[in-house]
Amino acid sequence: MKNGFSVFPAAFIALGLSWCGFVLGPAKQLGTEKQAAVLNSSDTYPIQPTGYATLGLQVYRANGCAACHTEQVRQDGVACEVVLVKAGKNPAAVSNLVSTLKLTGLTKDEADAVSDQITALGGSVETHIVPVGVDIARGWGARQSVAADFLYNDPVQLGSLRAGPDLANIGIRDPDMNWQLVHLYAPSAVAKNSAMPPFRFLFEVRKLGDAPSPDALQFPQGFAPAAGSEVVPTPEAKQIVAYLLSLKADAPLYEAPFTPVTTKP
Amino acid sequence: MSENQKSDNIGEASVSASRIDASCRVPLLALFGGAALWLVVGLALSLAAIMTFHKPDMFADCPLLTYGRAQAAANDLLLYGFCIPAGLGVMLWIFARLSQTELVLPMIPVVAANIWHVGVLIGTVAILIGDSTGFAWLEYPRGASVLMFAAFLLIAISAVATFGARRERELYPSHWFLLAALFWFPWIYSTANLFLVTHHPVRGVAQAAIDFWFANNLVFVWLALVGLGTAFYFLPKLAGRPLQSHYLALFAFWTLILFGAWCGIPQGAPLPAWMPAASAVASSLLIVPLIAIAVIACKTVCGANVTCKGGPFCYVKFGTAAFILSGLMLIASACPQISRVTEFTWFGPAQVQWQILGFFAIVMCGAIYELLPRVMGFGLPFPKFVRLQHWLFMLGILLWAGSLAVGGVEQGMKLANPQAAFADSTDAALMFLRVGTTGLLLILLGSLLFAANIFAMTLKWKLALLKTVIAYIKSPLETAPDRAEAGEVKS
Repeated sequence: MKNGFSVFPAAFIALGLSWCGFVLGPAKQLGTEKQAAVLNSSDTYPIQPTGYATLGLQVYRANGCAACHTEQVRQDGVACEVVLVKAGKNPAAVSNLVSTLKLTGLTKDEADAVSDQITALGGSVETHIVPVGVDIARGWGARQSVAADFLYNDPVQLGSLRAGPDLANIGIRDPDMNWQLVHLYAPSAVAKNSAMPPFRFLFEVRKLGDAPSPDALQFPQGFAPAAGSEVVPTPEAKQIVAYLLSLKADAPLYEAPFTPVTTKP
Repeated sequence: MSENQKSDNIGEASVSASRIDASCRVPLLALFGGAALWLVVGLALSLAAIMTFHKPDMFADCPLLTYGRAQAAANDLLLYGFCIPAGLGVMLWIFARLSQTELVLPMIPVVAANIWHVGVLIGTVAILIGDSTGFAWLEYPRGASVLMFAAFLLIAISAVATFGARRERELYPSHWFLLAALFWFPWIYSTANLFLVTHHPVRGVAQAAIDFWFANNLVFVWLALVGLGTAFYFLPKLAGRPLQSHYLALFAFWTLILFGAWCGIPQGAPLPAWMPAASAVASSLLIVPLIAIAVIACKTVCGANVTCKGGPFCYVKFGTAAFILSGLMLIASACPQISRVTEFTWFGPAQVQWQILGFFAIVMCGAIYELLPRVMGFGLPFPKFVRLQHWLFMLGILLWAGSLAVGGVEQGMKLANPQAAFADSTDAALMFLRVGTTGLLLILLGSLLFAANIFAMTLKWKLALLKTVIAYIKSPLETAPDRAEAGEVKS
C-alpha cells in the first residue's frame, strides 16, 4: 500500500463486513423479536415484568452484579427419556422388561424402539425430552438460555464470569423473599463461606419502635441484629429481590424444547 | 532499506528532528499527564476491587466501592483513561516523525486531550455513583461518551492533517496500523453508543451481541492496531535494523483486521448459533496474523547488536511477545472444546488484563520513555526508574494475569464437573486471586514510577517556562545607549 487512501478502503471493508454480521444482523434478526409461543400450550413467553421487578433490574445494573453473576444456562444437547405411565394388562411382564431396559439418555430412535417394545406388551409410555449439560445437572435451569429469555431486559445483563452462581432461574431455585434479602444483607448468614460482598447499604438498621416493621428481616439463629433493633430493606433492596424472583426461564420453546416435569399432588 | 532510518536522515535536512519533537511537546504532555494519572488511579481502584475477595465485607457500607462498580470503573480507567490517550499521543509523534513535518494544528490535540480527560472523569464518577450503562466496556453514560467521541475526532483531525503534510508519499507499515485505528474507533464507538446508550436501544439480546462486537473491536483490535503500529516503528529503530519485511507486515495487517473484527462472541452466548460459530472460525484464523507478527518481530530483533538493559527496547520486545500470547489465549477461549472449561471463569479477565497491561501498557510505556526525552529536550528526571519499572511490570503482569489464567482453568475444571459443589469452584480460584493481588500491587508500584517521571518532567518544563517568563519580565528594557554600546563593541 503506497497510497494513503488505500488504508481506508481496507479498514472499511474489514470492519464493514463484521459490522453487517454482528451489528446489523442481530439488530434485524433479534431486535424486532416478539414473544415466542410456548410449546404444547397457547401461552406466550416471556411475560413482561412489571413494577418492582423492572426497577430491580436497574439496581442490578447500577451495582454491577453482572461482574460476578451470569444469567445464561448452557446445554450440550438433549436426550430422550422413556417413562412408563401405565403397566397395562400384563404388569409383571412389563416391569420385567422395564427393569432390563435402559430408559434414560436415549436418542430419538432408541427411545422409539424402547417404547415400541413396552407398548407391544400392553404398557403405555411417554417419551420426555430432557436437556443435558453441566449447568442443567447443577439444577441451574431446565433448559439452555435462548434469545427469547431476554426480550424485556434493558440493559441485558448476560454476564461473563461466574464468581457467583448463575442467576437465570434464581426465581425458581430460591423463591423465598426473606432468604434473598438476608442473603443480600449478610451472605454468610445463609451461604457458608460466601465470597459475595454484603450489600448492607441497601438496608436500614433502626431501633425497634412500638410495632416492629412488617418488612423486617427474619435472620437465622446467631445472625440476628443487636437486641432492640431491626433490619429493614430499602426500596432498592426490595426491587432487586423482586427482579431476582422474576428470573424464571421455565417455558419450553421451539428452539429450546423440553418436557416440563409436572409433579403430581 | 529502513524508511525509519532514512526518514531520520532526510528529516534533519529539511525540518530538524528537534523542531518536530518540540512541536509535539504541549499536546503530548496533555495526553500523557492524564494517562499517567488514570493509570495509577485505575490500578488503585482495581486493587480496591480485588480486596473484596480477601475480605468480602470490606465495602459493605460503601456503595461507591462495591465490587461491581469499582471493578468496572477500574477497567474503564485503564482502557479509556490510560490506553487510548497514551496511544493517541504516541501516534501523533510517530506521524509527525514519519511525515518529517512539525505537528499540524498542535493546539487542537491540547484542547481535545483535556476534553477527553474530563469525559473519563465524568464517566468514572458516574459508574461509582451507580449511573453505569450496564454494558461491558461501554459503562460511561451518554454525556461522557459524547465528550470523548468529540475529543477523539479532534485529535484525529490533527493526526490526519500531519499525515497529509508528509514529505514522502510512500507509507511506512506503522502508518497502516495507526490510520486504521483512527478509522476504527469512531465507527465502533458511535455504533455501540447509538444502538445501546440511547432512549431507544435495540431490543433484547441483540444488545449483548452488539456489546460483544464493540468490546472485541476495542480491546482486541484497536489496541492491537495501535500497539503493533508503535512496535513496528520502535522495534526497527531501537534494534538498528530495518523491519523484516514490509510485505509480511502488509499481510499481517490485512489478516488481523479481516479476522480480528469477527472475534469476541462467546461460545455459550444465547444467540443464534451462527454467531458463535462465525466467531470461532475467525478466532482460529487469527493464528495466521499472529504467526506473521511473531516472524516479523523475531526477524527484526534477532541479530541486532543492541542489548536492552531494561530500557525501552525491552519494553517493546516484551509487549510484542505478550500480544502473541494474548492472541493465543483469545483463540483458545474461542475454541469450543476449551471454552467448555474456560468460559465464565477468570480465564477471560486474564486475557483482557494480559492484553491491556501486558501488551499495550508496556509497549506504550516503552515508547513514551523513548520519545519523551526527545520531545522535552532534556533527559528523564529518574532514569533508573525505567529499568525498575520494567521489572515491576513484567513480574507483576506475569503474577497477576498468570494466576488469573491458571485460577480460571482450575475454577473451570470444577465448574465443568456437576458433582463438585459450586463453592468448590470459587474456592479453587480464590487462592490464585490472592496470589494475583501481589502482582497487581507490583504493577501499581511500577505505574507510580511512570507517573513520577512524567509529572517531574512536566513540572521541570513548567518551572523552566516560568523562569523564562520571569527573566523576560525582569530583564531591563533595551534603550538607545545600550544599542549604541552594542554597535560600538561590534564594530
